[in-house]
Amino acid sequence: MVNKETEPIFWSLFSAGGVVAGLFLPIELLIFGIAIPLEWMHQPSYPALLALVHSPITRIYLFVLCSLPLFHFAHRFRYTLYDGLQIKHLNEVVFACCYGIAILGTVTAGYLLLTM
Amino acid sequence: MSIPKTITLEVSRYSPERDPQPYFQSYEVPVKKEWVILDALNYIKDQIDGTLTFRWSCRMGICGSCGYTINNEPKLGCATFLTQYGRGPIRIEPLRNFPVVRDLVVEIGEFLEKLKKVKPWLIHEDGNGTGEYLQTPSQLEEFRQHSMCINCLLCYSACPISGLDPIFVGPAALALAHRYNKDSRDQGADERMAILSHPEGIWGCTFVGECTRVCPKHVDPAGAIQQYKIAGAIDGLKQFLMPWGQKGKQPKREAQKS
Repeated sequence: MVNKETEPIFWSLFSAGGVVAGLFLPIELLIFGIAIPLEWMHQPSYPALLALVHSPITRIYLFVLCSLPLFHFAHRFRYTLYDGLQIKHLNEVVFACCYGIAILGTVTAGYLLLTM
Repeated sequence: MSIPKTITLEVSRYSPERDPQPYFQSYEVPVKKEWVILDALNYIKDQIDGTLTFRWSCRMGICGSCGYTINNEPKLGCATFLTQYGRGPIRIEPLRNFPVVRDLVVEIGEFLEKLKKVKPWLIHEDGNGTGEYLQTPSQLEEFRQHSMCINCLLCYSACPISGLDPIFVGPAALALAHRYNKDSRDQGADERMAILSHPEGIWGCTFVGECTRVCPKHVDPAGAIQQYKIAGAIDGLKQFLMPWGQKGKQPKREAQKS
């Protein structure tokens, strides 16, 4: 399953996910996890936030924010299992589980964002 | 801190035909401010025990022969001072991830095969890059850092993937391939990509980064491999999205022949 055709695609997703997780997630955590609860920033009303989420650009942003870091996790965790637990012989199972979680999370995020 | 008069070196000894497993032998050697580990090993060889076996050559960090595991860290024997270790003892073992031939000497045949595999020479349609080609200082800067490798193998000793997966091409060879890919006189990037774009090549690296940390010449193999992966990912995505455009692909690089 790990071959020269698929590996560049999964590594690209991993790499892009790392950038998103490293650059954008901390901003969201800082705003919604620290600054607003500590009242460093004005708390937006629920309707205002909902209107923001209904914007197509926000939806795309949130989709990318949810999806790519999951693929980053999947790739890193896959190699952690391979090398950490020495289970490279279970390649197919590990591959399916790790990327399966990422795909499931991506589909769920897409569904929630579309039906919101 | 005052320098002790002597220091103990615990050196790994092993003769595969005689010893069931490696063991440590202690030697008391004098400490001089300017002495490096290699001086101490040569002192042992000349004055105490002529049977101790280790590789060395230039004594100035050029030849890459005297890589040992010194107090659990892969280091060059000629660039590591005795005074760095206070009152000791200093434990010296062969480089990890290689079979031991005798004492501190490791078998590097497999590495040399891997090195040959990445085609670390100029590939040019005019021949084998033996002509004279112009290159600007900025073009040289593109790969100069990666050309400093002395094949000391400290990076292979530090890399956990090299230990776990013996067929992984490894840091120095991949960095060297990247060095030639970045060379404006070279046209062999596609050839090398075909060889190295597989799970035992560039994709085998999980970016632990130990290779870069231990490199005595600041080659940054981990960085080189990540840059190589970006090129590999672009190449792979192109093949995936445009399989018709990749057949009969010509080398992209153009070198200006003088």
